[in-house]
Amino acid sequence: MLRHLARRLGQALLVVAGVVVLTFAVMRVVPGDPAVAFAGPKATPEQLAAARERFGLDDPLPAQLLAYVRDLVTGDWGISLRTRQPVRDDLALAFPASLELVGAALLLAIAVGIPLGVLAARYKTKFPDFGVRLGSMLAVSVPVFWLALALQTLFAGALGWFPVAGEYDARLDTTSPLTLWTNITAVDALITGNWPILTSTLHHLVLPALVVAAYPAGVIAQMTRAALIEEAGQDHARMGRALGFGETSVLTRFALRPALNPVLSLIALVFAYALVNGFLVEAVFNWPGLGRYAAESIRSLDTPAIAGVTLLVALVYVLVNLVVDLLQGLVDPRVRVR
Amino acid sequence: MTHDAPPLRRSLPRLLPDRFAAFGAVLIVLVVLAAVLAPWLAPYPLDEVRPLERLRPPSAEHWFGTDQVGRDVLTRILYGGRTSLFIAAAVLAVSALAGVTLGVVAGYAGGRLRDVIMRVTDVFLAFPALLLSLALAVVLQPGVNTVILAIAVTWWPWYTRLSASVAASIATRPYVDAARCLGVPAPLIILRHVLPNSLTPVLVQLSLDAGGVILTAAALSYLGLGAQEPTAEWGLMVQQGQTLFTTNWWVVAFPGLAILLTAFAFNVLGEGLRGALDPRRVR
Repeated sequence: MLRHLARRLGQALLVVAGVVVLTFAVMRVVPGDPAVAFAGPKATPEQLAAARERFGLDDPLPAQLLAYVRDLVTGDWGISLRTRQPVRDDLALAFPASLELVGAALLLAIAVGIPLGVLAARYKTKFPDFGVRLGSMLAVSVPVFWLALALQTLFAGALGWFPVAGEYDARLDTTSPLTLWTNITAVDALITGNWPILTSTLHHLVLPALVVAAYPAGVIAQMTRAALIEEAGQDHARMGRALGFGETSVLTRFALRPALNPVLSLIALVFAYALVNGFLVEAVFNWPGLGRYAAESIRSLDTPAIAGVTLLVALVYVLVNLVVDLLQGLVDPRVRVR
Repeated sequence: MTHDAPPLRRSLPRLLPDRFAAFGAVLIVLVVLAAVLAPWLAPYPLDEVRPLERLRPPSAEHWFGTDQVGRDVLTRILYGGRTSLFIAAAVLAVSALAGVTLGVVAGYAGGRLRDVIMRVTDVFLAFPALLLSLALAVVLQPGVNTVILAIAVTWWPWYTRLSASVAASIATRPYVDAARCLGVPAPLIILRHVLPNSLTPVLVQLSLDAGGVILTAAALSYLGLGAQEPTAEWGLMVQQGQTLFTTNWWVVAFPGLAILLTAFAFNVLGEGLRGALDPRRVR
C-alpha cells in the first residue's frame, strides 16, 4: 500500500508540474502587454517600465517560469488586474461558492442516479429500464446553459416558485449577518445557526443545482446499471439466488457493493466536469462562484486571474483523482497492483 | 471493452436488435441529411432579414417563428446543423489522428517512451475540456476555427489513453511476435498490424464523443468565444435570444432542442455500439 501511495503521489506531482508549465505557457501567449493592462492606458513610460520591472517581464522566459513557480509555492498567485486584489483572496471567496453548488448537485445526482440505476438493472429490458436509459441519455445530452435558461424562465420567472438569481437574499446581510468560517454559505449558516440565510441559500440553490446535477445523474445511473448487470452474473450473486433470495435482494445485498467501485471513480471524473459545467450555470443564475469570476476575468483579459482559475481547477482535478485512486486501493486490494 | 472487441463488420448484425441504437442511427441520418440539404430544405434564404416580421410566433409561414431581426428560425437551425457537424467532424478527425498515433506508438513501444507520452497525456487530461478551451479561445480570435483548435487540444488525450491500452495488448499477440521475428521494422508492424486491430474501440469512442464535442462547441459559442455573427450556430442563437425567453420562447427553445437532439442521437448510437461490441455483453 505504501509503495502504491508513493507511486501515485509521484505521478500526481509530475502532472501538477506539467499543469503549471502549461498554464504559464498559455498566459505568455495572451495578446496585450500585462504591464499596460496594469498601469493603465495613460501611463508614462516610467510607470510602464516600473510595472515591467515589478512583474519581471524583461527577464528571460525560463527565469520568469522559475519566479512564477516560486511565487505559486509561497502562496503568491499574483494580483488580479481587474479587482486589484490578490488572486488567491478572490479565489478563496469564489471557489467555496462553486463548491457549494457542485457539492449540492453531486449529492442530488448520487441520490437520484444510483437508485435509478438499480431500478433499471432490476427490470432490465422492461419498461423501467427503457425509461431510465432514455432519461439518462437525455440528461447527458442537454446543453446545460439552455436547460438553465429554460428552468429559470419557467420556475423562477413564470411560476415564481424559486428566486431568479443570486446565492441568497442580500437583504438578510443587514438583518442577520453571516459569520464566515468556510466561506461556503450554506455550511457557515448551518454551523452558526443562521436559519434565515440557510433557508434562503437552499431556496436559491434548487434550480442551479438541478441543472448541474443533470449530467452526473445521467452517467451515474448508466454506470450503476451496467456495473450491476455485470455483477448480477457473477458467482456471489448466483449464490445469493441459490440460497433463495429474491432478485431485488440479490441485487441490493450481493451485487450493489462491488458494483459501486467503478461508480466511485466515475464520480471523481464527473466532479471536475460538473465544476466547469457549473461555470455556465453560474453565468445564467448569477451565482458568485468561479464561473462568474472566470467570465468577468476573461472579458477584461485579466491574465493572472484566468491563470489562477485554470490552475485551481486542474489542481482540484488531480487531487480528487488521487484521493479516489487511493480510496479504491483501500476498498479493492486488486487496484494496488495495477 | 478495450480488449478483443470483435471487428465492427461482424458486430453490425448484432446491433440491429438493439432498438435504442437503431433509433440513434436513424436520428443521425436525419440530422445529417437536414444539414447537408439545408440549402434545398430551408424555406427562406439564410441571411434574409425582414425587419417588418420580427419575433413572429410559429405559424404556417414560419414553422419555428422568426428572430429578433426578422430571420426565419427554422432556416437558421438547418444551416446551424452544418456548423455544428462540421466542428464535430473536424475536432474528432484532428484529435483521433493525433491521439491514436501517439497512443499506438506508446502502447507498442512500452517502457520509457510509453511513460513519457502517458504523463504528458495526464497533464492535458487534468484540464477539463471547456476550461482549457476557454483559456485558448481568449488567446485566439473567436471563430469556428478557434473552437475547433481549442476543443481538439483538450480532446486528443482520451484517444491516446484508449489506443495505448488496446495497442499494448495487441503488441503481445503471436502474429505481432511473428512479424517481429521475421524482421519487419517497427513502423511497419504498427501500421499493418497494431493500428488496424486497435481501431474498433476508437470508432465507438468517436460516436460517443461527437455529442460531447457538439455540446462543448455550443457552450463556447454561447459564451461568445465561438462562432460569431452572422454564422448560423445553435449556441450563438441561444445566447442572442436568451433575454427573450419569457416573451418569445421560440427564439431560444428551438436552437436548444436542436443541440439536444443531435447530441442525443450521437450518444444513443455510441452507447448502442459499445454494447454491441462488448464481448461480455449481458443480454
